[in-house]
Amino acid sequence: MSGVTIRDLGKAFPKEDGTATQALQDVNLEIRDKEFICLVGPSGCGKTTLLRIIAGLETATVGSVTVDGRAVTGPDPKRGMVFQEYSLFPWRRVIDNVAFGLEMKGVGKEERRRTADRYIEMVGLSQFRDAYPYELSGGMRQRVAIARALANDPDVLLMDEPFGALDAQTRNRMQKELLSLWEQTKKTIVFVTHSVDEAVYLSDRIVVLSPRPGSVREIIDIPWPRPRDRTSAGFAEVRRRVLRMIDETENA
Amino acid sequence: MNRQTQKRLLGVAALIVAAAIWQIIAEYVVGRSFILPSVTDVADAFVTLLGSGTLLADITISFEHFGIGLLAAFLLGVPIGILMGWFRVADFLLDPIIEILRPIPPLAWIPFAIIWFGLTTQAAGFVIFVGAFFPILTATYTAFRSVPKVFVEAGKVLGCDTSFELIRHVALPAAIPAIASGIRIAMGVGWMCLVAAEMFGVSRNGLGYQLWHNYYLHQMPNVVVYMLILGFAGLIIDRIFRNYVDGRLLRWHAGEVA
Repeated sequence: MSGVTIRDLGKAFPKEDGTATQALQDVNLEIRDKEFICLVGPSGCGKTTLLRIIAGLETATVGSVTVDGRAVTGPDPKRGMVFQEYSLFPWRRVIDNVAFGLEMKGVGKEERRRTADRYIEMVGLSQFRDAYPYELSGGMRQRVAIARALANDPDVLLMDEPFGALDAQTRNRMQKELLSLWEQTKKTIVFVTHSVDEAVYLSDRIVVLSPRPGSVREIIDIPWPRPRDRTSAGFAEVRRRVLRMIDETENA
Repeated sequence: MNRQTQKRLLGVAALIVAAAIWQIIAEYVVGRSFILPSVTDVADAFVTLLGSGTLLADITISFEHFGIGLLAAFLLGVPIGILMGWFRVADFLLDPIIEILRPIPPLAWIPFAIIWFGLTTQAAGFVIFVGAFFPILTATYTAFRSVPKVFVEAGKVLGCDTSFELIRHVALPAAIPAIASGIRIAMGVGWMCLVAAEMFGVSRNGLGYQLWHNYYLHQMPNVVVYMLILGFAGLIIDRIFRNYVDGRLLRWHAGEVA
């Protein structure tokens, strides 16, 4: 059981002049175990901040986040994170990047390499296990980053626009692969994206945030089976609805 | 003929021409070996010095001074740089002290080097240490300040719980290329301090000591020999270090280092 519960959460960033910017306010959200959730919203609505609070990289000003019934107080390998920027350690080979978390846990070299190999294979990069990150393309780097997060066997996988820097084709392929990984590993995934198309393609539920200060504006269920057809009428209809919601709030 | 051989040939040709001009000026224009020793004077002096057998001792002693200074600069500069680069409080505390000490020329420390250490190897090492310490400190500090935030956060979510773990597994490896550049600069500065560090007579040997000693003896061709050896030794140290860093430490940095 790895649900995430967010209760009356607010976040204010203090400014130089003593006032504060309210980034998030009264966020309430219940994420179920093994669910795939996408957070979308107008720019600056605090979706990344919300994700970082779940990760424990930021602390909420008020309210609480609990994962699996335990309050989040700081970063923890139980909540894996994939960043938007390339975050692989350039001084480590692919295999040692993926094994990093296990190394921190004190797992022996043999065993952690075996585990890492399994996840590298899962993301289809076995022939690159000994390569350094600079030798990989952008898409490959993000696949390694996903493998690195999964190798820790987290309860929840948090993804902050992980495919934002990739070209459209690579992005579509990565989405497909991510769904297959999700089906294999059955993690709870919270995925922040700018792309409504991506959100409709991936999620069980789309959480639309309102503009700053961000709070949950609407939650849209997408009960369709996968793989989904981007060209279908239903797909276009949901996409239009979400886009309109974001547009309205952006111009309000 | 490819670019590389062309470059070599031109370089050698230029050296020969320069030596010829030097020889002509020294022999026919100046005419006094004391003011400008000729190429052949210097070559003779070099052969004589090789025969006398002190060269090896000079080089060994100089490397000893250099090694002591650089090792001390490394052992103090890197940890202090890490502290200041990672912990805000350490930065605030130490920065004013460092800023006052840094602009003092290393050679200005010579009187206290002698008073504290006497005429010893350590005294010469100390002067070189002062020259090499600040480049290493500054490079380490700057490198730590500019470790990408995303690496540190990735380290945290992957299970680095303490500052020590983050420094050891994330910040330090990320900072190593910049620290290596700092060490390289420090070696250059330290080598420059060598002549002055040896001139106050901490030992009967050493390249810098011999340079001064031969000056007092008015053996100017010998002075030139020691000047050239100092230059070559500095060059070789730099090359060896760069090859080592490029080849062993930083394969991941793919040749963009130092």
